[in-house]
Amino acid sequence: MHSLAFDIAHALAGSMVVLSFLLLYQDRVYALLNVFALHSLALALAVGWQAYLQDAHHLYVTAVVALLFKAIAIPTALHRIVRRLDIHRTLEVVGGVGRDMLAGAALVALAIMVMLPVTEGSNALARQDLAFALAVVLLGLLLMVNRHNAISLVIGFMSLENGLVLAAAGALGMPLVVEISVAFSVLIALIVIGVFLFRIRERFDSVDMQAMDTFREGRRK
Amino acid sequence: MALIDYLVQGYQMALVLLLAPLLTGWVRWVKARLLRRRGPSLLQPYRDLAKLLRKDVVLADSASWLFRVAPYLIFAALWVAASLVPTFAGGLPFSWTADLIAIVALLGTARFFLALAGLDVGTSFGGIGSSREMMIASLAEPAMLMMVFTLSLLAGTTELSAVAHFMMTAHVGLRMSLGLALMALVIVAIAENARIPVDNPATHLELTMVHEAMVLEYSGRHLALIELGSALKLVLYLSLLGCIFAPWGMAMAGAGLNAYLIGLVAYIAKLAAGGVLLALFETSIAKMRVFRVDQFLGAALMLGLLGALLLFVSRSL
Repeated sequence: MHSLAFDIAHALAGSMVVLSFLLLYQDRVYALLNVFALHSLALALAVGWQAYLQDAHHLYVTAVVALLFKAIAIPTALHRIVRRLDIHRTLEVVGGVGRDMLAGAALVALAIMVMLPVTEGSNALARQDLAFALAVVLLGLLLMVNRHNAISLVIGFMSLENGLVLAAAGALGMPLVVEISVAFSVLIALIVIGVFLFRIRERFDSVDMQAMDTFREGRRK
Repeated sequence: MALIDYLVQGYQMALVLLLAPLLTGWVRWVKARLLRRRGPSLLQPYRDLAKLLRKDVVLADSASWLFRVAPYLIFAALWVAASLVPTFAGGLPFSWTADLIAIVALLGTARFFLALAGLDVGTSFGGIGSSREMMIASLAEPAMLMMVFTLSLLAGTTELSAVAHFMMTAHVGLRMSLGLALMALVIVAIAENARIPVDNPATHLELTMVHEAMVLEYSGRHLALIELGSALKLVLYLSLLGCIFAPWGMAMAGAGLNAYLIGLVAYIAKLAAGGVLLALFETSIAKMRVFRVDQFLGAALMLGLLGALLLFVSRSL
C-alpha cells in the first residue's frame, strides 16, 4: 500500500487522463472548451501537488501559470473567438466516438506499457507522472488527427501541451525559464491560431479542415 | 448460532422483497415533490400489486407456454440475485454464493427471458422493446464486467461480503480506480433499471419505451410479478452500490443483535438517500435519443477500462 501523498498524486494525474477521454467524448464546441478548462485545472492541481511533494518552489509558479493562462485565459479567449466566428456549434467526429474511445484506450495501454519498463528504477512518482503524461500527449494527438474542426485541433494541441507540462513537473527540476517561455509560446500560439481561424473562416466560410483539403487538390490540377 | 445466521439470512431475503415496492414508491414520491405535485402515497405500489394479483390474466391467442412461464422465472432470478447482495449484514450462510459474476449472470438470465417473452406474442411493440433491450444489455454487461474486474483486482475477490469487508477494514486509501468504477456502476445501474436518460419508466409512448414495450402484453398476476421484479432490481443495484462503495454500518458475521439493528437502520438510510439522488438526477436530465445510448454506455465501458489501467499503474509501482 502506498502513502496518501502518492495516492493524491495518482488521482490528480489519473484525472487528467480521464479528462482527456472526456475531450474525445464531446460533440459540442462550448462543452469542449469547458472540459479543456477542467483539464488545465487538473494540471494546475497536479503540478501544485508535485511542488509540495518535491518542495520545489518554482513548480508553484508553473501551477499558477497553468491556472491563470490555461484554465482561465485561453478558454475565455476561445469562447469569445467561437462566438465571434459564428460557426456551426456541433463537432463532427471522423468514424464515430466509439472508435475514438477504443483507440484512446489502446493508446493509454501503450503509454503505460512503454513508460513503466523504460523508467525502471527511478522514483515512483516520476514514473507514474511520465506514463500518464505520455497517455495525455497521445490522446491529444488522437484528438487532432480525428477531428475536422479547427477548434478541436486547437484544443487537441493545447491538451497535448498540458501533458508535456505534467511530464516536466514529474521529471524533477525543469528550469523555470524554460517553463515560462513554453507557457508564453503557447499564448503566442493562441494569438496566431486565433488570427488564422478568422482568415480560414473568411476564405472558406467554415472552419472545417476538409474544405481546405479540397481547395488544395483543386490547385494541384 | 448457526440457526440465528440462517434466520438472519431468511430475514434479509424477506426484507428486500418487502422493501422493493416501498423504494419504488419513495422514488416516485420524491420525483413528484420535486415537480411540486403532491404525489401518490408511499404505499401505492403495494396497492397496485394487490390489485393486479386479484385480477384475471388476459392471454393473447398467440401466446405460448413460454409467455406464461417467463414472469415466474424472471421474478425468481431477480429475487435470488437481490437477496444475495449483502444488505445490512455480511458473512451470512449464503454469502459465499454472493459472487458478483453470479449476480451478473442471474440478471442476464432474467433479461434473456424477458426479451423472449416480449418477442413471443408477436406484436411489433414487443419486438421493438426486446431488440432495444438487447442493444442496451450488450453494452451494459461488458461495462459491468469491466467494473467487476477492477474491483476484484483491488479487493482480491469477487465475493461481495468479502469486498465489503475489505472496503471497511483494509487501508484502501484514495483510489482513482474506485471512483471510476463507481461512475461506471452508476451508469450501468441507470441503464439496467430503465431509468431516465436511457428509458422512461413512466412512459407508454411508442417511440421511446423500451422496458414497458416488452411487458405491454402482460396482465394480472403476471404483470404483478414483473413489476415486483423491476422494483427488486432497483433495490439490488442500490444495495450493490451501498455494499461496495459505502459499506459503513454493515454488521459482520456473528455480531450481536445491536449490530444488526444498526446495520438495518444504516441500510434503510442508504436506500432512502439513493432514492433521493436517483429522483434528483432523473428530474434534472432529459431522455436521450435511443441512438445516443451507445455513447452513454460506451462511456461506462471506458471508465471501467480506464479504472483497470490506472490500477495497473499504481500496482506495478
